[in-house]
Amino acid sequence: MDILLAAIFADNLALSFFLGICTFLAVSRRFDTAVGLGLSVIVVQAVTVPVNAAIFNGLLIEGAWAWAGLPEVDLTFLRIIAFIGVIAAIVQILEMTLDRFVPALYRALGIFLPLITVNCAILGGSLFMVERRYDFGESVLWGVGSGIGWALAVVAFAAIRERLRYSDIPDGLQGLGSAFIVTGLMSLAFSAFGGATLP
Amino acid sequence: MSALRHLTAPLIRENPITLQILGICSALAVTTSLTTAATMCAALTVVLTLSATIISAIRRHIPSSIRLIVQITIISSLVIVIDEFLQAYAFSISQRLSIFVGLIVTNCIVLGRAEAFAVRNPPLPAAFDALGNGLGYSLILLIVGTIREFFGAGTLFGYAVVVTQADGGWFQPLGLMQLAPSAFFIIGLLIWAIRTRWTTQIEAPEHRIGRVSEERS
Repeated sequence: MDILLAAIFADNLALSFFLGICTFLAVSRRFDTAVGLGLSVIVVQAVTVPVNAAIFNGLLIEGAWAWAGLPEVDLTFLRIIAFIGVIAAIVQILEMTLDRFVPALYRALGIFLPLITVNCAILGGSLFMVERRYDFGESVLWGVGSGIGWALAVVAFAAIRERLRYSDIPDGLQGLGSAFIVTGLMSLAFSAFGGATLP
Repeated sequence: MSALRHLTAPLIRENPITLQILGICSALAVTTSLTTAATMCAALTVVLTLSATIISAIRRHIPSSIRLIVQITIISSLVIVIDEFLQAYAFSISQRLSIFVGLIVTNCIVLGRAEAFAVRNPPLPAAFDALGNGLGYSLILLIVGTIREFFGAGTLFGYAVVVTQADGGWFQPLGLMQLAPSAFFIIGLLIWAIRTRWTTQIEAPEHRIGRVSEERS
């Protein structure tokens, strides 16, 4: 439970680790696109992190090939290439599944799914899972939580930005500049969750 | 001379971070100290230049339907090499950079320049363009890293520049500078400064002429 809450608030991928900021800034111009992308990130993150955890712990970690008589084989250096392949494959499968079974959702998310492959929040989530040595159960929680956290940040940011459009901003800060400042303020607010634990 | 232009244009006028909005993710996270920022800059510039050269060299042999996969494979192989190299020769720095070296794979600059420039230009201009973008990225990172390390800890590259109050001096470190929000503020203000000087970069206000979407992911 602590992992889930920490992933949503204190360790928020977008606001504390700066992951997925490029996409974050690009899609947050409109509220509804932000909601669409947020939902896709939750789904993809909840699927890819556990799958990557299983692949890492089952195939790549040192000693994983002991059963085949190769106890010294350490394939951990392959993790980056393996993870990015898994992410691309899962996004593709998800796209086809949605298209076949939930066409309405597919049309809503359609253009965002390919974007997710190059979203660093997804790869970052998997790499953090390795670095913190989460087991399979923990990685499920971490995946779901970090997805929700990212979605929360992007939706809140898009809502702020929709209002910001009507305010009088200095020319040089128009657009990107003000987006950064607002993200900074949000990140400040989220860091207040830092020490929070369950009562 | 056009090769030189590819090299200098991305430094400030077409800076990947402040204008093209590419590669911001890693730019913010590694700038708490100059040492990590400089290491990250070197790693990214090497990966960017090599990948652009390789992709540009084989651009006629890549079928366009699978070009993204080919590009990502080339980039991740280079990143793995860099990652292993850092772990072998600079272990403590690679620990502090944590996952961000690995994240060069999804750094939008690398894929963005490969896709926008390297796939339709010969290797030499592609290499110059990549090097220029790498240096433009490094420039911003080093500026932000200098500000954050100096005001946050009173040091540069880990050497004390001013004596902090904890050691009996006068300088009170700003704790905020070591935290995430300050990076956003500094880049925001930096963009403001750059756009005040080069006014052509200013984005038109949205509610007057409708949506302007020049941004790329």
